[in-house]
Amino acid sequence: MSTATLDPKPAPAGYQLPEATDGGYAVLRRGLRLAPEFTKGLGVTVLLATISTLGRLVVPLTVQQTLDRGILAKGGPDYGVVRTMVAVSAVAVLITAVSAYLMNVRLYTSSERGLASVRTKAFRHVHDLSLLHQQAEQRGALVSRVTSDIDTVTVFIQQGGMMLFIAAAQVLVVTIVMAVYSWQLTLLVWACFVPMFLIMRRIQARTGRAYRKVRRRYGQMLGEVSEALVGADVLRAYGIEDRAGRRIGQAVDSTRDSQLRTQRLIVITFSMGELVAGLATAGIVVLGVLLGVDGQLTAGELAAMLFLVTLFISPVQFGTEMLNEAQNAIAGWRRIVGLLEAPPDVVDPGAAAGVAPPAGPLGVGFEDVVFAYPGGATVLPSLTTEIRPRTRVAVVGETGSGKTTFAKLLTRLMDPSAGRIVINGVPLKDVDFETLRSRMVMVPQDGFLFDMTVGDNVRYGRPGATDDEVRRAFDDLGLADWLDGLPDGLATRVGQRGESLSAGERQLVALARAYIADPDLLVLDEATSAVDPATEVRITRALDGLTRGRTSIAIAHRLSTAEAADEVFVFDAGQIVERGPHRELVTAGGVYSRLHESWARQQRS
Amino acid sequence: MSTESLQSAARTQKSILRRGFGLLGIAIRTEPRVFAAAVAGSAVYGVMTVGSAWAVGWATDHAVLPAFRDGKAPVGATLGAGVLILGVALAKVLGIIGRRLLAGVMQFRLQARYRRSVSERYLQLPLSWHRRHPTGQLLSNAGSDVDMAWQFIAPLPMSLGVLIMMVAALVSMLLTDPVLAIVGFLLFPAIIVLNTVYQRFAAPRLAAAQEQRAGVAEIAHESFDGGLVVKTLGREDVETERFATAADRLRDANIAAGRARAFFDPALEAVPNLGVLVALLIGTSRVASGAVEPGQVVQIAYLITLLAFPLRAIGWVLGELPRAVVGYERVKAVLDARGDMEFGADVAPATTGEDGTGTGTPAAASSAATVELDHVGFGYDGQDILRDVSLTLRPGATIALVGPTGAGKSTLTSLLARLSDPTSGTVRLNGHDLRDFARGEVPAQVALVPQQTFLFQDSIRDNIRLDRDADDERIWAALRLAQAERFVKRLPEGLDTVIGERGATLSGGQRQRLALARALIREPRLLILDDCTASVDPQVEAAILGGLREAAGEGTLASTVLVVAYRKATIALADEVVYLEHGRIVDQGTHLDLVERCTGYRDLITAYERDHDERAHDERAHDERTAGDLPEPRDGELQEAGR
Repeated sequence: MSTATLDPKPAPAGYQLPEATDGGYAVLRRGLRLAPEFTKGLGVTVLLATISTLGRLVVPLTVQQTLDRGILAKGGPDYGVVRTMVAVSAVAVLITAVSAYLMNVRLYTSSERGLASVRTKAFRHVHDLSLLHQQAEQRGALVSRVTSDIDTVTVFIQQGGMMLFIAAAQVLVVTIVMAVYSWQLTLLVWACFVPMFLIMRRIQARTGRAYRKVRRRYGQMLGEVSEALVGADVLRAYGIEDRAGRRIGQAVDSTRDSQLRTQRLIVITFSMGELVAGLATAGIVVLGVLLGVDGQLTAGELAAMLFLVTLFISPVQFGTEMLNEAQNAIAGWRRIVGLLEAPPDVVDPGAAAGVAPPAGPLGVGFEDVVFAYPGGATVLPSLTTEIRPRTRVAVVGETGSGKTTFAKLLTRLMDPSAGRIVINGVPLKDVDFETLRSRMVMVPQDGFLFDMTVGDNVRYGRPGATDDEVRRAFDDLGLADWLDGLPDGLATRVGQRGESLSAGERQLVALARAYIADPDLLVLDEATSAVDPATEVRITRALDGLTRGRTSIAIAHRLSTAEAADEVFVFDAGQIVERGPHRELVTAGGVYSRLHESWARQQRS
Repeated sequence: MSTESLQSAARTQKSILRRGFGLLGIAIRTEPRVFAAAVAGSAVYGVMTVGSAWAVGWATDHAVLPAFRDGKAPVGATLGAGVLILGVALAKVLGIIGRRLLAGVMQFRLQARYRRSVSERYLQLPLSWHRRHPTGQLLSNAGSDVDMAWQFIAPLPMSLGVLIMMVAALVSMLLTDPVLAIVGFLLFPAIIVLNTVYQRFAAPRLAAAQEQRAGVAEIAHESFDGGLVVKTLGREDVETERFATAADRLRDANIAAGRARAFFDPALEAVPNLGVLVALLIGTSRVASGAVEPGQVVQIAYLITLLAFPLRAIGWVLGELPRAVVGYERVKAVLDARGDMEFGADVAPATTGEDGTGTGTPAAASSAATVELDHVGFGYDGQDILRDVSLTLRPGATIALVGPTGAGKSTLTSLLARLSDPTSGTVRLNGHDLRDFARGEVPAQVALVPQQTFLFQDSIRDNIRLDRDADDERIWAALRLAQAERFVKRLPEGLDTVIGERGATLSGGQRQRLALARALIREPRLLILDDCTASVDPQVEAAILGGLREAAGEGTLASTVLVVAYRKATIALADEVVYLEHGRIVDQGTHLDLVERCTGYRDLITAYERDHDERAHDERAHDERTAGDLPEPRDGELQEAGR
């Protein structure tokens, strides 16, 4: 039985998305700097926060004043004084509430704006990362980076940050007011709290680590769930729902356990605050009485001190809560900042700095190109080759011989570990992505479609293409019949990942999508592998004419494609061992003739 | 707002409170003990909070005031007051620890429990249901919706604990002065009114926000899933735009919900403050009339301030309720989803594979399955995929299923593996309707290797054995049969190599061979290969099929095999060919028979050959043309056509 535990989750080597690892508050600061919206108009918000904080002093001050000057006034309680004071105080309470409301609205607005912007940035960055990075993480875990990880920051930013500020301000103001009443008692209060602050710092660091674990496990858990969702067919076909359920269950439980661990740390900090508060209150009563007897304190002042100390405690309590919340936010932020600061390993030189190769058909040169997976096997030991413009090349070779790697390097989905690739003399690295992607398009084997209509999926290759243009693309490819057979024609919805269509049909749409993009160089990576032979021949013939005048590179197992090509590249163990037209290679008695013979035998038997 | 939407808003609002309390009930029933203990902790906390007010009051009357009156500190009373306050604080701390710790236990346990149930549903619901629900949305249901549903638990024991505290506080207010106590009593209706107003505004907005949240996850998931297409077509900007629109909608929804909350919190704080002021006003006249001592006014005022925090705690729970209800409803929609496959009680007789040795017995061939499709039809959304398909697969036979793209071949294979049930007709395995088999029985007998390879983020070993307890020897044997042994051996970590969900570092063909090994190790009675060797080289495919045939001959693998194929070599290994077109069986027979009498089949299967011949012909013509040094107009013309 599988005894594999889920912590740490096995992950493919290399290319893991990082988390920022430096100090918590540095991460927090960098996080806030990710979007100017967070701090925009902060001055006014701070002003409002100050008003609403000062407003909290109104009631205890009123109590003291009313007691000393109203109720305990010489010659009996003085109604006038009390009434005035209560009225003034009521107005102050209302002003406090209104400014708190305004402050909240501003905070919600600025933080949500900032979060939306960070979310979008993070999303974009995932797309800017290379394929290898993207595929190193389960989709669910990637989704958690732009959803729940960012959400963890919400509470802190919307309440916490300002609350911390308010708390600090309140502690300061209350300290001053207390000092005015009695410096001795103030000193006593501080003497109680300072040791607590010191201990708390240590616990905070542990809380931070605990929260990081929560975030990581939460991401893993979503990863497990998404794996079960995306692989639902396989789970059913093999009846291994229980296994998936166990794995998800384990991930869920370990998330829960890590959450409980943080909870314990939080409770420790919080209860410590409460205990110290009790100590301070007791101290005030005892010391206050002694001071009062000494004539250094009035009864009202002592009563006020008792109120003031609650005003001192509550921000300290809230403050620690928010420091905990900050740890949670930092844990989420680490993943966001880590993602955003992960340098895209395949860098777009940008439209300004990029070079555009001259218009027209593209030629390609590989110069001593090496490719190896980090910490993994070398796929291409050293490749030097050239594809002249307008050539139609077929790439053949055994599975794992480096064909797809060749295509991915050529279209700059990955960069070589060493050596360089040039198109029309321009280094591929210097071509800005917009130009690059508009001039060379690769059709991958898995015809991924978006959950929209057939027409919209094709239009994805060239936004703004009309229905007529889309239809003509199918016509040109000899697929008009297939299109007409769809229940709603172009308006047929393809379902999630295009799964309402068969794998072969998805490839047809993917092909039309690339075709309508009208690139100068087209790379087909077994783009018709799931299509029936008659349709494939039809497409190949159509493409044959259509790609004439452009450069095309087709990776194929079906050697019919190779027969139609101008030139055939035969890959073996990452090297091109033979190249030349089909006619020559087929009779040369090398690898290709063997491949072809076996293929032909299979076709004719 | 139209009258109709106002009415519906009113309806939702009413039911939100009711449903919110329903949720509370569920939470309590699920974790009754933890809940009781948490509430007890909270009650201790509540009583002790009142106790601390009472202790301060006692200190005022017995230590502070006498000291100021007499100018001499009553030593015993003063120290007593200190000890009293400290003792109360200690008890309060114990209450806090119990309450908060257990509230966390309850919340996180409930969340874990519901996450499990939701994913359990995902694993049971039929694939047709999955197709209708975007993965990102389902992810959001298991993630943030479950989070939201039970977030209100954290402050819950607290606010129930403070109910006791309320009673204690009110009693002590009543004992102090019944008239002043009225002020305290009036706080409660004020809070309730406030909360009603809040719920009315917040509930629909929070529901909208959570919907947008799922929308964001949905787009992110789809977009990351299709990352390769986005990259190859350079559509990052378009995708970012699409995502940004959703993120902005979520932002606006959150801000709208935030406004309601922005009002609620300060108002919740202002109400007790105003209460204190009223108490002072009334207290003054009560002191003047000699009804109360000044210390008692202070005590009442203090009690009210102390109540402010717990009152807010109740407010928080009530404030969280709309969110919780919204989250729970979304989770409930998954839990209540219907349409599960029904299972019977039939059990297949033990197969040879179950003895664990896997070597098979001479009698193994007899365990290959007989499969019958009896007038089977399948369709959805009013679209027929398969129509009236009747077919029998004899045990041990190899059948090739051939047909043009989109003919319904994959659908047929999914019915045989019972990934879906036919809309009409019956699929039988050894005479049993597939629907009569107990859960797990069909997968135990049938292995489908789908066209699209899916590997788990796990080691190669676990990807192949899945839930079976297979030793490495058997795994290697399966890999050998699937022609995957060689490349797996070359991997630095061999069977322990971890492959990513999308297996970036393996080629498509390698991944397909792993998927094949996964099926072979199960020694199925019916093996279905859905064009699964499409990206495997012809020689490798030939080797795989040769190996299968050999294994069948030796009796180590006793399977009926259905293979979806186009290659003649594959078809040549089949005993019989079934030709499918537009969801119907057009013809059935040996390859040669079909080539002779079935035009569609012939056209399909000889396409490469004809193409080859035509090309050879073209080439000759071309050679003749170039030999005659003729101009070649075709080039330019077609280029035009291509543009």
